[in-house]
Order: sequence, then C-alpha cells, then structure tokens
Amino acid sequence: MAVLAPILGRLAKALITLLAIAVLNFFLIHAAPGDPAVVLAGEAGAADEQMIAQLRERFGLDQSFHVQLGSYVWNIVQLDFGYSFRQGAPVLDLILERLPATLILTLTAFVISLTLGIALGVAASARVGKASDSVLTTLALLFYATPLYWAALMAVLVFSVELGWLPGFGYETVGAGYSGLARIWDVIKHLILPASTLGLFFMAVYMRMTRASMLEVAQMDFVKTARAKGLSGPVIRRRHILRNAILPVVTLAGLQAGQLVGGAVLTETVFAWPGIGRLMFESLAARDYNTILGVFLVSAAMVIVFNILTDLVYRLVDPRIGARA
Amino acid sequence: MKHLKATTFLIAAAFAGQALAQEAGGRLDIVVQPEPPGLMLGLVQNGPTQLVAGDIYEGLLRYTTDLEPEPGLAKSWDISEDGLTYTFHLNEGVKWHDGEPFTSADVVFSADVFLRETHARLRASLAYVDTITAPDDLTVVFKLKEPFGPFISVFEVGTMPMIPKHIYEGTDYATNEMNATPIGTGPFKFDKWEKGSFIHLVKNEDYYVDGLPHLDEVYYRVIPDAASRAVAFETGEVDVLPGGSVENWDVARLTEMDGVCSTGSGWEFFAPLAWMWLNNREGPTSDVRFRQAIMYAMDREFVRDVVWNGFGKIPTGPVASVTNFYSDGVTQYDYNPDKAKALLDEMGYDGETVRLLPLPYGETWQRWAEAVRQNLSEVGINVEIDSTDVAGWNEKTSQWDYDMAFTYLYQYGDPALGVSRNYTADRIQKGSPWNNVEGYENPELDAKWAAAAVMADPEARQDAYDEIQKEIVDDVPVAWLLELEFPTIYRCNVHDLVTTGIGLNDGIRNAWIEQ
Repeated sequence: MAVLAPILGRLAKALITLLAIAVLNFFLIHAAPGDPAVVLAGEAGAADEQMIAQLRERFGLDQSFHVQLGSYVWNIVQLDFGYSFRQGAPVLDLILERLPATLILTLTAFVISLTLGIALGVAASARVGKASDSVLTTLALLFYATPLYWAALMAVLVFSVELGWLPGFGYETVGAGYSGLARIWDVIKHLILPASTLGLFFMAVYMRMTRASMLEVAQMDFVKTARAKGLSGPVIRRRHILRNAILPVVTLAGLQAGQLVGGAVLTETVFAWPGIGRLMFESLAARDYNTILGVFLVSAAMVIVFNILTDLVYRLVDPRIGARA
Repeated sequence: MKHLKATTFLIAAAFAGQALAQEAGGRLDIVVQPEPPGLMLGLVQNGPTQLVAGDIYEGLLRYTTDLEPEPGLAKSWDISEDGLTYTFHLNEGVKWHDGEPFTSADVVFSADVFLRETHARLRASLAYVDTITAPDDLTVVFKLKEPFGPFISVFEVGTMPMIPKHIYEGTDYATNEMNATPIGTGPFKFDKWEKGSFIHLVKNEDYYVDGLPHLDEVYYRVIPDAASRAVAFETGEVDVLPGGSVENWDVARLTEMDGVCSTGSGWEFFAPLAWMWLNNREGPTSDVRFRQAIMYAMDREFVRDVVWNGFGKIPTGPVASVTNFYSDGVTQYDYNPDKAKALLDEMGYDGETVRLLPLPYGETWQRWAEAVRQNLSEVGINVEIDSTDVAGWNEKTSQWDYDMAFTYLYQYGDPALGVSRNYTADRIQKGSPWNNVEGYENPELDAKWAAAAVMADPEARQDAYDEIQKEIVDDVPVAWLLELEFPTIYRCNVHDLVTTGIGLNDGIRNAWIEQ
C-alpha cells in the first residue's frame, strides 16, 4: 500500500490535469481563424449560403460557443471522442487505425536511441580525452544539430534513390500481398530509414547526457572508495557509476516516451508513414475539431502516463527516492 | 522529354478500336495529394476526391479537349430548337458496381433529389430547370425554364455524378454507411482504402464498354511531402504525377528524365485562372486608377517564366483563352511601370500600406506573392504580406478581411458557369470564397451577364460576351495574373492517360501500359 498510495494521488491529479488540458485545447482550436465548414466549402470550389448553413448544422457550429464547449466536456467525461464529419468516421476509429504505425516507428526509434545512446555515452566517458571520444562527441553534436526533415530527405536520396538499398516511402510494399514472415521483413525494411532518422537525434542527446553524467559521478568519493577496494574499472563503471549516472537519462527518456504518439510529424510526412502525427497535422489544417481534439487528448494522456511511469522507474533505479517519499 | 500534343489523334485511336496495339492488364500507381476527406463524389467535390472518384462514378457526358460533348453514360442526346428540352438516351446494360441495373430513375434521383440538396455548384444551374422526367427506363428529359446556354456543359462527372438511387433514397446522405465503400458505374471499383497510405481500385469486369478498362488495378498513393513525391516518381514507386503534385522546379527536372513524358492537356474544361482579388469596397484598391496601376506594374511574363518555369499563359481578362466565348478584343495591360506611376500620381496615392494575402499552397505561391510585392514597391506601392494557412485564407477571403488576395478558380467551360459568379452583384455573399469576393458592382454589366446566359443562339452569346469582356477589363475588378497550366507527368509506356478536357478526373478507362 505504501507504494500504491502516492500513485493513486498522482492519478487523481492526472485526471484533473487532463480535463483542464481538454478545455484549454478547445479554446485554442476555436481561437484559430476558420472552421471546418469554411474549409470544406473552400475545397469544394463552389459554395452558396445553403451549403455553408448545412455544414455548420452538421458540425454543430450553429450552436453557441458555451453549448459546444459543454457538450464537448460532457462527451469527454463519458470517454466519447465524437465523430469526424470531415472523414465520416468516429474519431476513436481514426486514431486507433493510425496508432499501430506510429507506435512501431516511435518505439523502434526509442529503443534504438536509448540503448545505443547509453552504450556510446558509457564508451565515450571511458575514453575521455582520447581520439575515439572526440569522434563520438563530434558525431553526436552533428546528429543533434541536423534538422530532422533534412536528414530524412538526405537518407531517402542516398539509400533509396542513389543506392537503391531500402524503400523510402510507406510502411510496406503497396499491393505486394505479403503475409507472415515475408510481411514482417517487408515492414522492417521500410522501418529502417524513418526509425534511424528519428532515432539519431535522440541517440545523440542520450549519448551526450550519459557521457557528462558518467564523468560527473566518476569524481565522487564513493567511486574512489570502490577503486581503493580494488574493484576493476568495468565493474566500477557498471555497478557504481552508471547506476548513479542514469537518473537524468531516465528523466529525458520519460519525456521522449511521452511524445511517442504525437512527436513524429516530420518523419511521418517525409517518409509517407501513415501515422498519427500526420492525422494530427492534416486535421489541424482542415480544422477538423473533433479529430484534432481527440489526438491532443490521447497525446496528453500519454505524457501523463509516462510521467508516472518515469517516477516508478526512478524508484527502481534508486530505492532511496521511494524511501524519502 | 516528349510533349503529348497529339491528343486528338489519341482520342481518335481510342475510338477506332485497335488502331494502336492496346494491351490489357497491369497496374498504375498515381499520386493523390492531399488525401481526400471522402470518395462519395455527390457529397465531396474537392480536387483529390474528383481525381479518385472520377474512376468510380460517371456522368452522362464527357467533353473533348475542345469542350465538345461526347457520349458517357448517355449514348446520344437531342436539344430542341428553342433550347428548352434536353433528351438523353442512356446506354443499355449499364450496371452499378453491386450488380443493380442503372436506369433513368437513377438519373432523375441524382439530378433532382440528391445533388439538388448537396451540390452547390450544380444547384446554381438547376435553378434554370423546370422538370426532370423519365418517360422510360433509358430516356431522361430535362425541361428548362429559359434557354440556359451552358446547360450542355453540366453533365460532366464532377458536376453531375450519377448516384445510385437504391442505396441513397430516403437515407441521411451525409452519414450513409455506404459512403465508405462507394458504388458507381465507372470503369474501376472501390476495393480498399488504407488511410494515410493508399486507395486501391480494381477493374470493373462488367463495364458496359467492351474491352474497357485496360488496366487491372489502380493505386492512388498518399505521399504528403512535395519533395518526397518527386523522389517517389524518380525511384519508380509511382508512375503518374497529376498536375500540381510537385513543385515547379521539380517539374522541369523530372520531365528531362529518360522515358518520362508530360502533357498540359486535360485541364481545358477547368481552365484554372489565377488572379488577385482587389477589395473594391475600401482603401486604395477601391480606386479604379489604383487597380489599373497594379495591372501595369506587374511583370506577369517574368512570373510565368521564372516562378512557373514557363508553364501557363498571360490572360487578357476574366475569360481564359480555352474557355468558350473568349475574346481578346480588350485593353492590353503590358508591363509598364511608368504608366503605373502616372496613374498613381493622378489619383494622389499617399503611400497607404496595402495587405497582400498569398494563397497558402506551397513554395510557388509564396514566391509569386513576393514577386508581386517587389513589382508593386518599384512603382511606389507599399505592400505588406499577410501570411496564413488554408483555413485562415478561407476565413479572411470569405469575410472580406483583405486588400489584395491571391486565388484561382475553375471556369467549367462556359462564362455563365465559372466566370460571371465572380463579377455580378447578386453573388456578393459573405461566407464563401467562390463568388464576388472583391465586391465589384456594375448594374449595367450585371444585366448583360444575365442576358448572355440565357441566349439560345451561340453567335449572339459570343457577341454579348465580347462586349462584356471589353468593358470589364477597363474596370479591373480583379488583377488577372495567369492562365495556370498543371502538367501531368507520367512514364512514356503509359498511353491514353489523358483523353478528354477533364483529364485524369474523367476516369482513366482508356489508359494502357505498353509492356
């Protein structure tokens, strides 16, 4: 129970935060110029008053602002995300349809960047000041500073257009009709470019943070003690330094994990990856209120869930945190 | 690079049967951008929907690149001498994709019931229609109240798509579940739509024209980034880039590749004309001399050659040169900064800043706005660019919150369908960007537009439109910029891709791939 009580408290706060975010989102999206009826009429290339009136009525835009807000909040409380009149489908279906593609992409990038980042950071800190350390830190700086969309386009140009090694678009070969292992292999081939592009940036961040944190902890007294006890270098690094140096990396990983749902818009756009980031961006451009609010809410919920998870991981990595709380 | 100029030859070949060795089978991958919001053509009429749904749905008629009507679902038609009765004879043995027969009852339902409620553009033309009746299963008669001249041009698939009565009658059209799996009579059937990736259409084996379509399947591919679309064509992922799917500098690059062809044909019916709305209600743009000065100040040929890579034609006025009843007997506005300055001096322009709203459709349009700003500042007009996104543009133009605003509009083959709507006072209505947004009022011309629309004799109509064009060009209600040309880029082994004035939107039933 001692472990559960703070979590329950956080969950209660999280729900209130989520509701506040939902209301705020509603104000924000309605503050943007234009509405879904205007956009649809604009796209049709012709419109008269009857058409605009029909659309507004269908979208519920003919009602006053506070009535719209009230019914939105009431629906959210009942976990009803509403209907996208633009796309003619329930918002929840639209989100669930896009969620797997995004999760495959972002989770792969997350795992690659986290493992490689920590490993390279540890390696660099062990060779601090040497040539290999300089090469690694310079590369990390380069990856960190490169705009994502540029790196993505270059990756397509080099590996897809020039070398022809990997497909540059989509998440599987369209119309190939693969099944079983062949299909999985096909998806993996499509995944390599976008996942590495997305992962490179975070890998650089994790690496630099791990390296700096390792070096800082290495100066502490208990490390000297360990060395005085006669422990070997690798054991000290793994059991004494890394364990203490990993906390800031966990914090950052928690932040990245919170972005798993909505944080890959650019990568998804360049690689034509059919994910939720694109759904969000396109819905925003079309002022598809229900869809955009639904995606925002799911994203916000993910951030909150991962904040709580990060707290739990803290306790695992450093039991003192739980004891103090 | 090989331009497909011999379109008429290809049409002739397609109709002559096997003049070219057409081969059946194969798959075509075509870019669609942006992803359409829906495929039910009776409910959604935006560009991407028309591109894909044009394969699924059909209209009664098709139109050649010279805008002459030719058979579609109707195999023949008669127009009475007074121009009031249009009789259509339907093809026999046409079936909907679910196997139900297509009959005259579907035509009456589509035109008189469904589209009257949902299709704003057609509704304006249907106002001239008195009755629509079906004397028998294969005959439909439209009786008009007045001899509406352009009526023969409203039977194209995007304007009057045929809707299955047995699916939609008595239902709520907007929420009908069948909207997700559209049923038409067209050469291709809907198979699958993976949102964010592709739309898959398959050959309609029961299509009513023997031997058509040639292709087995068509994939419409959703690739959201313009640079990625160009790369997808380079790598062979896609075979066809419809007009406007890549930026202009990529058009020049891609068409120089081996085995790549392009054609500017297939847009004659739409004739997209770009202009700047000049707010006639207030500010400097309410002075006709200021508006004329803008016309003289702009180097439109420079924009055509540099920003549009040489694609397009400089317009002389409100009617595009490929649209029916065009006239060039009007005042010509050449690039003449001195004349512009003189006009500004004459009106006593005090340097008041005017806001310019670009069209948020990508780099080309952004650069175009910058070129115009530079031209105008060279003659002393202070311009401030007021950028926004698509929804913002729609909001600002339809609420008249602008001084100058870029736009382009389709003409649909006839001034009474796609031109007059931007210039007559009865079309000054807030809330839509597709009418007289500039607020131009000229009661004398209004009467002439109205009279010209209902003349039965084409020669009399031509005279009336000559006069209208001559007068309106001197008033400069808007600043006409460019007759846009959107080349279709495709691999040269794809033949008969564009065979009508409606282009890819007309269904690609004649397209075939040389193996």
